[in-house]
Amino acid sequence: MTALIHHFTFEFKTGLRNSTLLLMNYLFPLAFYAMMGLVMTQINPLFRESMIPAMVVFATMSSALLGLPGPLVESREAGIYRSYKINGVPAVAILGMPALTTVFHVLIVSIIIALTGNPLFGGQAPVDWMGFALVTLVAVLCCASIGALIGVIAKDSRAVVLLSQLVYLPSMLLGGLMIPLTVLPESVRPFAMLLPASHAMQAYTGLAYGQETALAPMGSLLVLISSGLLSLGLAIYLFNWDSRNSARRGHPLMALLALVPYIVALIVTL
Amino acid sequence: MKSYAIEVRDFRKIYGDFVAVDGVNFVVERGEVFGLLGPNGAGKTSTLECLEGIRQPTAGHLDVLGIDPARDARKLHALIGVQLQTSGLPGNMKVDEAMAFICAYHRTAPRYDLLDRLGLAEKRESQYEGLSVGQQRRLALALAIAHRPQVLFLDEPTAGLDVGSRTELHQLIRELQTEGTTIVLATHDMAEAEKMTDRVAILLRGRVVATGSPRELTATGDGFTKVSVRTEQSVLCTNGTEFPAVHQHSVKDDYAIYFSVDPGPTVSAILRYLEGTTDRLIDLRVERPSLEERFLEITNTGGVA
Repeated sequence: MTALIHHFTFEFKTGLRNSTLLLMNYLFPLAFYAMMGLVMTQINPLFRESMIPAMVVFATMSSALLGLPGPLVESREAGIYRSYKINGVPAVAILGMPALTTVFHVLIVSIIIALTGNPLFGGQAPVDWMGFALVTLVAVLCCASIGALIGVIAKDSRAVVLLSQLVYLPSMLLGGLMIPLTVLPESVRPFAMLLPASHAMQAYTGLAYGQETALAPMGSLLVLISSGLLSLGLAIYLFNWDSRNSARRGHPLMALLALVPYIVALIVTL
Repeated sequence: MKSYAIEVRDFRKIYGDFVAVDGVNFVVERGEVFGLLGPNGAGKTSTLECLEGIRQPTAGHLDVLGIDPARDARKLHALIGVQLQTSGLPGNMKVDEAMAFICAYHRTAPRYDLLDRLGLAEKRESQYEGLSVGQQRRLALALAIAHRPQVLFLDEPTAGLDVGSRTELHQLIRELQTEGTTIVLATHDMAEAEKMTDRVAILLRGRVVATGSPRELTATGDGFTKVSVRTEQSVLCTNGTEFPAVHQHSVKDDYAIYFSVDPGPTVSAILRYLEGTTDRLIDLRVERPSLEERFLEITNTGGVA
């Protein structure tokens, strides 16, 4: 237990000491939040209705998808995991601690957004704060697991950026942060439903704001939970201690199994 | 309890088409300092990393403290200490944090005294990326021995260290050996191997081509014993007298130098010769061939010397 506390404390400090992580965990999401609060609410007043959950999802993706995977790959490339292995640090802790500290960083930013969104920018506050907290926690855990999986399967530092963007950019465009799922063209909606951001926004809309949704909010929550668990399991299974050591338990393409809950949800909805 | 700490039998390691280690056998006794020597690419690091449980052997039997590293690496890692040749810690991890972190996973109290001992006292609040290469290696060593391992693997431990740190490290190795720690030392530094190890194995192209104590190894092969003589009138430097068993003769800095295949008769003949002259002996040195010379001899002949 002492080891895990040391590990968690160190990883948490890393999120503040490492300039890239500090940017992805705090500066980038909070600056974007401030900009959207100042500009977007003036351009499109309807944005105020979804501003708080949208900015929380944005902060989640920024930390978990852009911030988390890179250092995982860099550590593997730098031989840090080899040092960890010979000192008895388990793979679960190597993946779990950065993911868990990412969750904490995102929760801090989420609290800032949730508490200031209404007084500063007139963002609509949730009607059910418990629902809001539940969806936030599930969405953050899910995205952190996906981020860990991306970090595990990415071959090198260049590949990790591409893989992260593969999830991040579509989430920004189609995930319901700027444009609600219901407004998207019919032909695009199936693609949107393969993204965790879409399900997170649907779950917020239904469970935190009590509004009608295109997807069943509890179903979306279930998709996020199962996707998170599947991604974490796959990340642990596919974990590789060493960039130079090709001994991996499964092919990186196995990571696509993390899409199964989204595909099932898509089929059920159709 | 087995008398040996490590047993390597018919060990092979193959990467794709490249055979890195090809049927290596050796045993390391408990409490021994064992050197693994060899040129780059000889298979030293592959051997060490399989013994440490970092890599899987392709074939053969490996036993470290009764544990198969390939099957029970976690159990093994509690008993061994490893200073990797290329290892790292997170760049933003402070020296003190690293000690607390690693010791916590070994379920032992942090050994901050080791940081002081290895000259890192003033760097305890520094981040890993701010340390020099030598300081990083010293930290890696401190972390490797902090949990008092039974077997310690050191891969090029003194590379990049200054003379003071090197001497301190040698002293530390001696102390660890006195406490009963078995030490496996992979090094390019032949002087270090000769000074520190009880036995060595010389690896060449993935095979062990020689094993034995440094003394045994230097006593075999074609290595000549160097006999250097300095006299008051330098009579030996000028008259070119021949002595028995001498293979080669030269003069340097007022010393007459003889390379002898059998130093006993050579030295006796030199002393007898000087007794018959008016010259007076100032200095006489008899030096065995160094391990480095023997190593070069073995590796240059492809291991058949």
